[in-house]
Amino acid sequence: MTRKQRRLYFVLLGMLALAAATALVLTAVGDGMVYFYTPGDLKTKHVPPDRRLRIGGLVEKGSVVKDGKTVRFVITDLTATVPAIYTGVLPDLFREGQGVVAEGRLDAGGVFQASEVLAKHDEKYMPKEVSEALKKSGQWKSEAAPK
Amino acid sequence: MIAETGHFALILALFVAIIQAVVPLVGAHRGDRAWMDVARPAALAQFLLIGLAFGALTWCYVTSDFSVLNVAQNSHTDKPMLYKVSGVWANHEGSMLLWVLILALYGVAVSAFGGNLPPALRARALSVQSMISIGFILFILLTSNPFARLDPAPLNGNGLNPLLQDPGLAFHPPFLYLGYVGFSMAFSFAIAALIEGRVDAAWARWVRPWTLAAWVFLTLGIALGSWWAYYTLGWGGYWYWDPVENASFMPWLVGTALLHSSIVVEKRDTLKAWTILLAIIAFSLSLLGTFLVRSGVLTSVHSFATDPARGVFVLGLLFVCTGGSLTLFAIRAPSLKAGGLFAPMSREGSLLLNNVLMSTAAGTVLLGTLYPLIADALNLGKISVGPPFFNGVFLPLMVPVVVTMTVGPLLSWKRSDLGSALARLKLAFVAALAVAIGSWLMAGGSATPLLAAGGFGLAAWLFVGSLLEWGERVRLFRAPFGESLRRAAHLPRATYGMTLAHAGLAVVIAGLTGSATWTTEKIQVMRPGDTMEVAGYELTLQGTEEVKGPNYTALRATFHTTKNGVFVADLKPEKRQYTMPPRPTTDAAIHTNMIGDLYAVIGEPDGKGGFVTRLYYNTLVPWIFLGAVIMVFGGLVSLTDRRHRVGAPLRKPQTLAAPAAAKA
Repeated sequence: MTRKQRRLYFVLLGMLALAAATALVLTAVGDGMVYFYTPGDLKTKHVPPDRRLRIGGLVEKGSVVKDGKTVRFVITDLTATVPAIYTGVLPDLFREGQGVVAEGRLDAGGVFQASEVLAKHDEKYMPKEVSEALKKSGQWKSEAAPK
Repeated sequence: MIAETGHFALILALFVAIIQAVVPLVGAHRGDRAWMDVARPAALAQFLLIGLAFGALTWCYVTSDFSVLNVAQNSHTDKPMLYKVSGVWANHEGSMLLWVLILALYGVAVSAFGGNLPPALRARALSVQSMISIGFILFILLTSNPFARLDPAPLNGNGLNPLLQDPGLAFHPPFLYLGYVGFSMAFSFAIAALIEGRVDAAWARWVRPWTLAAWVFLTLGIALGSWWAYYTLGWGGYWYWDPVENASFMPWLVGTALLHSSIVVEKRDTLKAWTILLAIIAFSLSLLGTFLVRSGVLTSVHSFATDPARGVFVLGLLFVCTGGSLTLFAIRAPSLKAGGLFAPMSREGSLLLNNVLMSTAAGTVLLGTLYPLIADALNLGKISVGPPFFNGVFLPLMVPVVVTMTVGPLLSWKRSDLGSALARLKLAFVAALAVAIGSWLMAGGSATPLLAAGGFGLAAWLFVGSLLEWGERVRLFRAPFGESLRRAAHLPRATYGMTLAHAGLAVVIAGLTGSATWTTEKIQVMRPGDTMEVAGYELTLQGTEEVKGPNYTALRATFHTTKNGVFVADLKPEKRQYTMPPRPTTDAAIHTNMIGDLYAVIGEPDGKGGFVTRLYYNTLVPWIFLGAVIMVFGGLVSLTDRRHRVGAPLRKPQTLAAPAAAKA
C-alpha cells in the first residue's frame, strides 16, 4: 500500500463516518429537538398539536393544587398563562412564584401535560429562557434578576 | 492578611509564568542551554506560588474568614470540615484557582520526571504549558478574584449549595480537572513537536502515560459525577445528556482516541499528524467544557450564577488557543513524515477506524450540545436537544466501535488476516449470540427488546473477546498450564490494562442496557403502614421522623423491605431542609445487591397524612459504576507498566537540536 492509497483510505473512512453521522443526525433530529415556548407564544404562534415542547415561566402564585401524586399548576409569563398538570415527585425547588421549565405536550383542551418538570441546582438561578421570556413580556424586575 | 498573601502570590505566579513562557522558548530557538534550563525552576516556582495562593484561600475557608467575599458567599461556620475544604473549589473563583494549580502541578511533573527528555522539547513544552497558565491566571486576576475583601465582614456566610455538600461531589471537580487539565500535557507536547517539526516514538512514549493518567482521572471524574447525580437528585437516572455532562464527555471521547493513536505513533511511527490533531482537539474540548460551564451560555442544571465578562474571556482564550494551535498545525503538519505503512486490515487500521468513529461521535455530541446556541443566534427559535437525539445518533455510532475493539487486538500490526482473527473469536461470537437471544426472550420477545438483545450481545462479544485475546496471549489450554502461568506473569502490565479496560467497558454497556430495559418505577401516595410491591420486593412505609443534621433538619422515612417475607433492609430516604442557604434537598436511599438497586425517595406530604413516594428497581445500574471502576483500574495497571515509566529514551543523536540530555 502506498502513501497515496493510504491517504485515500483515510479520507474515505472519514467521509464514510461523516455520512453515517449525518444520516443518523437527520433521522434523530425530529424527536430529539424540543422547542421552547412561553405562555405568550402559545397564544400568538401556531403550535402544532401533539408535539413535544417546553414551556417556561413562573409558577403562578396560589395556582398549585396537589391531589395525591398529581399536581396542577399554572405557568405564567405575567401576560399570558397556561394550565399544566404533572404526575410525579416535583423537584425540590418547585415553588409558587419561582421559575419553572416543563416539558410535555399540549392536549386538545389546552392543558399542558407535563412529563417532566425541570429542577435547577441553584435557587439564585433562573432558567435563561424564563428570564428572557419575562423580559420579552415586559415583566422583568431587575431585583429578581439572578446575579 | 492571609488573603492578600494569596493574591500577591498569584500575581507573582503570573510573572513567573511569563518568564517561563518566553525565556525557554527563545532559548530552544537559539539552542541556548542556559535559557532553556530556566523552564524547570520556573515551573517549580510557579507551582509553589499557586500552591501558596490555593493554600491561602483554603485557610480562609477553614477558619471561616468572612471578610473574604468568596468565603462569605459560599461558606458557613456550621458546615462540616470536609465541605469547608471542598467549598474552596465548589464555586467559580476557587475552582479556577484549582484549575491553574493542577496545570502547574503537571508542569512540575514535566520538570521532575522529564530529566531524560530532549532539552529543547522539554523547554518548548513547558513554555507552551506556561502560556496556558498565563491565560488562566489573568482570567482569575481580572475577572474572578477569589481574594476580594468584603467590608464590613458579615457575621456568618451564605453557606454552600446543599446539593454540593456531598462526598461524591466534593471529589468530582478535582478529578474532572485532573483529567481536563491532564490533556494540556499532550497539547503542550504536540505544540512543542509542531514547533520542532518532528514527532517520533520517543515523543509518543512520553505523551502516552500522561494522556493515560488524564484519561484515568477524567473517567473517574465523570463516573463520580454520574454516581452523585444518581443518588442525590432522586430521579433514578445517571446520565441526562445535559450540556455540561457532554462538556466532560467530549474530551473523554477524543482523549480515548488520542490514547489509542499515540500507541500507533509509538509502535509504528505513523498516524503522527492525526495524533497531534487529536491532542489539540482533546485539550480544546477541555477548554470548551470550561467555557460552557463557566459562561452559562447554555441552559443546564449546572449553570452557575454567571457573569458575561467571564464567558467572553474564556471564549477569547479558547479562540486564541485553538485557533493558534490549528494554524500552527496547518503550517507544520505536512512536514511530519509518516513512517510505517499499513494495510487497512491491520491493528493500525482497526485503531484508526475506531479513532475516526469516536471523533465523529464526539462531533455529533458537539453538534447536539451547541445546536441550541446556533439556533438561538440564527433566530430559529429556542430549542433544547434532548436525550432522544443523543441516543439516536451516538449509540449507533458506538456499535461498530465495540465490534471493532474486540477484533482489533487480535490483528497483527502492518498487515493482517481478518478471517483468522474472526476464527479465534468464534467463542465470543457464540457467547454474544446466546446472550442476545437469551436477553431478547427475557425482555419479552417482541420488537422493543431488540435493544436489549443488541446491547447485551455487544457486551458479551466485547467481554468474552477481551478474555479470549488474553487467553491467546498466554496460550491458555494450548500450552501446559505452567507455561500459561509463566506467560501470564510476564505479560506487560499495559496488556492487562487493555484487557481490564475493555472488559470494564463491556460491563458498563451491560449496565446501561439493563437499566434501559428493565427499570421499574412506581410513584404513589403512601401512608404509614402502606406496602408497595416493586420488582418482587415489598416495601412498607413504617413511618417518618424528624432528624437533625449538623446544618439541616430532615424528614426521614423508613421503608421496611422484605422479599418473599424475608427481611432485606430498611431503606431510609430523607428530605432535608438546610438552614443556610435555606433549601430543600432529596437524599435517596439505595439498597444494592449488585444486580439491581432498590431505590427509594420520599417526597412531599400530601397534607392528609400521606407522602408522595418514588420507588425504583434499577436493574444493572450498579454495573455501570462497577464497569467504570474496572476501566479506571485497568488504566492504573497500565500506568504501572515499566515501559511507561522509562519516559523518553534517547533519540537518534543526529536529530538533537542541543547536546544530549545531561541532568540539569
